Amino acid sequence: MMLRKVIRLISKSHKLDPGHFQHLGTRASQSTAVSLDAQVPGEKSRAISRTQESDPAKHGEQHLCQHYSIPLEELKTIFPHGLPPHFEMQVKTFNEACLMVREPAVELLHYLKKTNFANPAIRYVLYGEKGTGKTLTLCHAVHFCAKQDWLIMHIPDAHCWVKNCRDLLKSTYNKERYDQPLKASTWLKNFKTSNEQFLNQIKIQQKYIWSKRESIEEGRPLGEVVEQGLNRVKNATDAVGIVMKELKRQSSSGSFRLLVAVDAVNALWGRTTLKKEDKSLVAPEELTLVHNVKKMVTNDWHGGAIVVSLSQTGSLFKPRAAYLPQDLLGKEGFDNLDPFVPIQVYNYTPKEFESCVQYYLENRWLQHKKAHTEEGKKELFFLSNSNPWQLERLCAYL
Amino acid sequence: MAAPWAPFAATVTSFLFIRGRSGLARSRVAWKAAATEYRKVAGPQLLRLVHTTSTTQKKNVATSRREEYTVAFIKKQIEEFNIGKRHLANMMGEDPETFTQEDIDRAIAYLFPSGLFEKRARPIMKHPDDIFPRRRVIQWGEDGRPFHFLFYTGKPAYYSLMHEVYGMMLDLDKRSDDLRAKGLLPQKNKQDLIGSRWLIKEELEEMLVEKLSAQDHMRFIQQLERLLTLPCGSTEEEYIHKFRRTIPVQSKKKLIQPLQYDEQGMGYSSGEGKRKTAKAKVIVYEHGSGRIKVNGIDYLLYFPVTQDREQLMFPFQFLDRLGKHDMDCTVSGGGRSAQAGAIRLATANALCSFASENEVEWMRQAGLLTPDPRVKERKKPGQEGARRKFTWKKR
Repeated sequence: MMLRKVIRLISKSHKLDPGHFQHLGTRASQSTAVSLDAQVPGEKSRAISRTQESDPAKHGEQHLCQHYSIPLEELKTIFPHGLPPHFEMQVKTFNEACLMVREPAVELLHYLKKTNFANPAIRYVLYGEKGTGKTLTLCHAVHFCAKQDWLIMHIPDAHCWVKNCRDLLKSTYNKERYDQPLKASTWLKNFKTSNEQFLNQIKIQQKYIWSKRESIEEGRPLGEVVEQGLNRVKNATDAVGIVMKELKRQSSSGSFRLLVAVDAVNALWGRTTLKKEDKSLVAPEELTLVHNVKKMVTNDWHGGAIVVSLSQTGSLFKPRAAYLPQDLLGKEGFDNLDPFVPIQVYNYTPKEFESCVQYYLENRWLQHKKAHTEEGKKELFFLSNSNPWQLERLCAYL
Repeated sequence: MAAPWAPFAATVTSFLFIRGRSGLARSRVAWKAAATEYRKVAGPQLLRLVHTTSTTQKKNVATSRREEYTVAFIKKQIEEFNIGKRHLANMMGEDPETFTQEDIDRAIAYLFPSGLFEKRARPIMKHPDDIFPRRRVIQWGEDGRPFHFLFYTGKPAYYSLMHEVYGMMLDLDKRSDDLRAKGLLPQKNKQDLIGSRWLIKEELEEMLVEKLSAQDHMRFIQQLERLLTLPCGSTEEEYIHKFRRTIPVQSKKKLIQPLQYDEQGMGYSSGEGKRKTAKAKVIVYEHGSGRIKVNGIDYLLYFPVTQDREQLMFPFQFLDRLGKHDMDCTVSGGGRSAQAGAIRLATANALCSFASENEVEWMRQAGLLTPDPRVKERKKPGQEGARRKFTWKKR
């Protein structure tokens, strides 16, 4: 473990941008895992596993299987809350955020580029077996849209909203529903970080009354609604609802383009584990947040796109082997989402697998002697069955 | 066919009964007997068979007296055994003349299926010599005078044997002097001794019906080795072979099935494996890309634990054939680890058809082809589990 820290220190001190190939010689000479006379294969492996193109808009067929890196400053603004936890740990370890360009992502980006903003928003559903890369594909799409200056409404994991909630308040707006102040306020905070520049431009078109003494007039910027939600945690859920309503109404006007990205959308139509005071179960429709998101995900607005992904991992009461939309969404969800463009995400192809292993080797993550040999790679391939999540778990640190 | 059945049934039951009784005999619970001892001897000495009546006519009292079987009794047992063997052969529809002991074992296992775990407790039908233990006769006459001149050594059979071997050595010395004088020394060939071993102490004790110490046994073997260094004739060779046993071939020759071909012309090989209560059947295809399906489900979903997948990987990795074969498995029973172990054994068995002889031998040495004999140990009464005792309370 000490050795790994020392090696990582060395690699950090010689930290290079992805574009500087001429320094590869020094890097290879100081690395312990890569053999000393492997300068040329090192360059080749870089050519396989990395690309310099960091703008998702230009990602195409020629960039498939290659990693592109997202600058860390952009990461903080675009993804305050969107990335899976293991990926965040990896970013922290390697000090860089690299996503692999894969086919489903390229397909999705192609559709997004071709969106006709006059038509109602099209729903794109990413589905696939567990651990194939749906969330990261979603993040790729979000990065693209952020670069294109869309307004991103990113709900990182809808499962969080239907379980593990200690504070359920009865909603003041609608007696039947329940608020979740803490979750709503965290989401508002992250939303603010990611969409600063829009909050001042967009003006609300209706007066909202918070309580007897507080209200917001028409024409005020949306930022104030967000502030109100953050300051008064009790009103946070209602603030979220207002934000969503306004954005939906105004995206049709054409001043901005809206991307609604919901991960684990099957939580909206599943069951919850939350209980009311009388110990009866809460249905998802009775949660305000869920209700509002469902309204966003319907395609009765235009001027943007909706990208959702399914997830079995955090889902409640769904069997482990379920991954198809009709299994995870249930009849109700499927009918609600129904017409959608399904995009399936698969396990790694051999080329992608090779690229991923090369990426780990370059970052000196795989420390085993046999990691860079053919047998080692075949072993990893077999044990993970080229499933990205499984590979990551295998290579993970204890 | 009623009449032949009855005596047969009696014979078999008497045999089984006797087996049970000799089981008791083994545990040394005495029962009364009229005593003429019966004994077989290896070696030239014949000890006379003496009729003695047991002085103490105790009735079924458990003393530590040894049991005695009369000659007539044993002879009767042998006759009954032979008759029973012929009846059994008739029953099974086989030829009575060529009915071997293995056929008898199979027939008895078929007619009397037993679920007992202890193999020695199951019904058997063997020749009386195998069942009744050999006992030493009383070695002195009515006047109290022992028959054997070495009786007072305590181990007359052993010392007489050593005496004999030494006598042979002296003879051979004399003869070899003569032959060397004439110049005709026969050549020694060591070929006869390869693949056999000397008797171990237990076997020697059984042969001589006497207790020996380790030193006695060692001296005996040393004597025989010295005898071997001298130029032996054929009589000596025969004599020595009586004290050697063949070593069974260590690596059981595995029957390797040849490759079979299905309709598309793809070669495949199948294998079976077991571990604890799990049974697995596996079909390995000759050309493939490393796709594995267990009970129709992908192996990554069926075995979420990495340890189980490592077990699946082991046979392929050992033979360096990781991405080269496709596999279809069916497995049932057991838990997740047992199923993984069963599939591993089945895969190794199937891969034998693709591998060379050397590779099969390496697999055997690596333990890939050996079924794991460990099963769940039974719970005993008076204990909480197989080994765990109840909590001990002082008072």
